[in-house]
Amino acid sequence: MGWDPTLWALAGWLLLALLVLTIIGELLEQVLPIGRGNRLFKNINDRIKAWWIMAILLVGALALGKGGVLVLFLFISFAALREFLSLTNTRLADSWALASAFFFVLPVQFLAVAMDWPGILSMFIPVYAFMFMPMLTALRGEPHSFLIRVAETQWSLMVSVFCVSHLPALMNLTIEGFEGRAALLILFFITVVQGSDTIQYIWGAQFGRRKVAPQLSPSKTVEGLVAGTVGAAVLAGLIFWITPFTWWQAALLGAAIFLMGFFGSLVMAAIKRDRGIREWGPLMMAQGGVTDRLDTAIFSAPIFYYLVQFFWGA
Amino acid sequence: MKKIAAEIVSIALQLLIRALTAVRGIWVGGEPEDKPRIYYANHTSNGDFVLIWTSLPSEIRRKTRPVAAADYWFKSKTRRFAVEEVFNAVLIDRNAENRKEGEDPVTLMTQALQQGQSLIIFPEGKRNQTEEKLLEFRTGLYHFLHNNPGVEAIPTWIENLNRVLPKGTLLPIPLICTVTFGAPVTLGKRESKRKFLKRAHDELLKLAEMQDRGRV
Repeated sequence: MGWDPTLWALAGWLLLALLVLTIIGELLEQVLPIGRGNRLFKNINDRIKAWWIMAILLVGALALGKGGVLVLFLFISFAALREFLSLTNTRLADSWALASAFFFVLPVQFLAVAMDWPGILSMFIPVYAFMFMPMLTALRGEPHSFLIRVAETQWSLMVSVFCVSHLPALMNLTIEGFEGRAALLILFFITVVQGSDTIQYIWGAQFGRRKVAPQLSPSKTVEGLVAGTVGAAVLAGLIFWITPFTWWQAALLGAAIFLMGFFGSLVMAAIKRDRGIREWGPLMMAQGGVTDRLDTAIFSAPIFYYLVQFFWGA
Repeated sequence: MKKIAAEIVSIALQLLIRALTAVRGIWVGGEPEDKPRIYYANHTSNGDFVLIWTSLPSEIRRKTRPVAAADYWFKSKTRRFAVEEVFNAVLIDRNAENRKEGEDPVTLMTQALQQGQSLIIFPEGKRNQTEEKLLEFRTGLYHFLHNNPGVEAIPTWIENLNRVLPKGTLLPIPLICTVTFGAPVTLGKRESKRKFLKRAHDELLKLAEMQDRGRV
């Protein structure tokens, strides 16, 4: 990692591509008559703005090496956990469990990434934290909606900490012939997630007829789902050369990443609907909170990690 | 020296509050305005006014003073420094018998207002530790507006801080807080005390309900 020349060439291309996209996007929205007040173009331009932030943060973190990437995702994870727990039914009796989620579970999970302890990475939250946190809550002796409160806290950790931590953990994978370049997997993953979600959105908005789950999300359609799957496979196949995969392996992984992301974000939409909110939080302009930007990556990150580990891991 | 220390503490405190709560002020009933007003808020935690203070735009924050109980804040040197230097609070004596001439709360608050400053008050009079959303208001708000006709009272709803600083835990829990500022309330010309206080109370509750329904 660090000063890998491929990484730098890629970072340069990435920023150039964003610049081109920004210019085209602004031209379409501001200059051409069809673009004025067009919600589709507005949404795309908002996405591009968020990509700038992501690209700058990610490239900056990669430049600092593993430590930089870890700190970046630690902050993201913290912000996501805060957004998630803010919406739960937790009460005074949960305060020990909540404090331990923030000040113990979260740091330990990222310590596992830092120290490259794969066993702890995959077990610490679903085994240890899931058993000890309800104990802490039970000790406070408040039975009212106990199971709901415990489940909410566990889910918060699963989504915001466990899933998110698997993104920086990609750097720890040792793949034959790909030593020291695993950081490229993060770039591959995020490019596929963001690109395919946008394809899905545009296609769905233009040609979408059949909604996948009309009560949960008006913008998720069967047509978008198909276009996104194909788009993810093509996009991933096109950039296979930055990964240890062959083109068809990359395409299959791309499709898997998209499908997990698509249905994962449906899950997140269901949670938002239930809580009566449109967005998770206030962090990024016009695009809601951290969790809103992450929702497609959240469910696919661990799946991508474990697929690569299983088939390619040394 | 004291001034610099107060400035540093103030910045550090705001950073801490933002890191913990990502607090933002939401103005649903009008825009923030740089003129003397009185913000009245629900009170569930000792950090309440710091949160309101942090969420105000900085030009307004500098001229906004919380109204606080002298006996609580004079208990230790640190508290005294915080309340006098950092927050520049209007301190009132809760025990009416100890007050000297010209030290009654309404007079002190009016003086601050006449110097162009805004105020933050908690009309419930004490921290609300019940299940009830909002306790009944004490009468100070009415008397103050009666003495200062035309001044705008801004209902201010603080959400979640009681979960960030739960009683009896050492560590604060990072959760997102919001401060919602509603439409200004002014005292009507012939409005009775009871009627006005009920109206002000209802306006604040409305903001709470908007929060609950996810409208904010």
